[in-house]
Amino acid sequence: MKTLVWVEHDNNGVKDATLAAVTAAGKLGEVHLLVAGANCAAVADEAAAIAGVGKVHLADDAAYENALAENIAPLVADLMGHHDAFICPATTTGKNIAPRVAALLDVMQISDILSVEGNNSFTRPIYAGNAIATVTSADPKLVITVRGTAFDKAQTSGGSGVVEAVSGPADAGLSSFVSAEIAKSERPELTSAKVIVSGGRALKDAATFQEVIIPLADKLGAGVGASRAAVDAGYVPNDYQVGQTGKIVAPEVYIAIGISGAIQHLAGMKDSKVIIAINKDEDAPIFQIADIGLVADLFKAVPELVEKL
Amino acid sequence: MKILVPVKRVIDYNVKPRVKSDGSGIDLANVKMSMNPFDEIAVEEAIRLKEAGKAEEIIAVSVGPAKAQETLRTALAMGADRAILIETDDAVEPLAVAKILKAIADEEQPGLILLGKQAIDDDCNQTGQMLAALMGRPQGTFANTVEVDGDHVVVKREVDGGLETVKLSLPAIVTTDLRLNQPRYASLPNIMKAKKKPLDVKSPSDFAVDTAPRLTTTNVSEPPVRQAGEKVADVDALVAKIKALGIA
Repeated sequence: MKTLVWVEHDNNGVKDATLAAVTAAGKLGEVHLLVAGANCAAVADEAAAIAGVGKVHLADDAAYENALAENIAPLVADLMGHHDAFICPATTTGKNIAPRVAALLDVMQISDILSVEGNNSFTRPIYAGNAIATVTSADPKLVITVRGTAFDKAQTSGGSGVVEAVSGPADAGLSSFVSAEIAKSERPELTSAKVIVSGGRALKDAATFQEVIIPLADKLGAGVGASRAAVDAGYVPNDYQVGQTGKIVAPEVYIAIGISGAIQHLAGMKDSKVIIAINKDEDAPIFQIADIGLVADLFKAVPELVEKL
Repeated sequence: MKILVPVKRVIDYNVKPRVKSDGSGIDLANVKMSMNPFDEIAVEEAIRLKEAGKAEEIIAVSVGPAKAQETLRTALAMGADRAILIETDDAVEPLAVAKILKAIADEEQPGLILLGKQAIDDDCNQTGQMLAALMGRPQGTFANTVEVDGDHVVVKREVDGGLETVKLSLPAIVTTDLRLNQPRYASLPNIMKAKKKPLDVKSPSDFAVDTAPRLTTTNVSEPPVRQAGEKVADVDALVAKIKALGIA
């Protein structure tokens, strides 16, 4: 089987999310990559070095600069004439593009796979991860998104892929990019952080969230996450949200502070290796899955923890 | 313009799903069902656009069993003007739902189609994007803000790194994220009025759409259960544990 993997990038470098998708693709067969963007030749060179990669298709055109699905999907659909599976990391970019490709190819997408069980058989979470379904596709081509935490990351070196320029349809003229507000942070990205400190509604307000959570995160070199309640209440921006519909994370250590543990939140973090919870309610559901729990007032316990670590 | 709002009847947000012991699926017998939360946000956004004078009519549509009429009545009670149920007892996959919705859009010619970004049962996150592809129209997924202005809509999207704004020509498809709005509760008088609003019932065969599934679910199982660990007595004990993990 010949697979085509969407390379997630910012026109400067390959993003980590790509690497798990490459591993998943490798379980199906030959791994080809698609780097679509503008002035992104360096990304293609970087992608070609990923272990196990065969060909790297480079579509370098202003129309692809911002990965607008209206422009990318027809390009992918063309390339799928000689590939058997289109595989995207389950990032917001992948989730935006893949179903549009699937519909153009008249195939049913398999979202957010956790494992490859055979040539056309996969497991995927349903009902906020409260159940795992094994599904088999009867379609002639596969369109798949891959849950990043479920597959090891491919090595970023050792590959000897060959870069080949491709062109696709011109700008569809249906949509245009206006602007982006992308937070610049020195912290590790949530989806690749080894340690995450996450805060919930109990943090009261944005200033308190900063005062309590950030010093602990700084001390541990951790990424910072939040529950939906904390994001909805405006304590932190949307890109902090961990959960069923936010980011799915699986760090070495996840520290949940003032998070009660709604099933929608657990869906985003329950595959973390070690879960630590601090909550003053001893019956909070988060304690049912936490490896280490501390029943305490977080406003006293967290500053004390920062001081003693 | 008209706004089309597809809605889905799903397990209620607060119910913990139980896997059937024979591995055939989720036990939905006697389980509370509700409108998919993201679809409620879509209905609310459509109503706000109508209240702002940007739309004249809101049509709610659902593909599902006869009981999905209740879901449509909820949309009507919130403020949709009329509803269409495409009745089927089969589980219809997003691709087939998108094909049915395209056929309805061809008839109704909406300027905007607003739908939830994903259903909380199958967690697919596909229907809106597939519908946009089939219609050859632009898509604004994971919307945080929607502004209709003349012949286009500006959508601020929730993306992994933060927010991204795109401008789409109408007709367009927009899928909602959590923070687009806070859906209203239907008032009792509006619930009564909704009973008299028109609700057409059709069948997938009326649209010549093949709803045969492309995917076969061979097994549904419980995820590995995580056991509760231990509770420590105080911060000092927690410090010792964290140090033992080698992260501090």
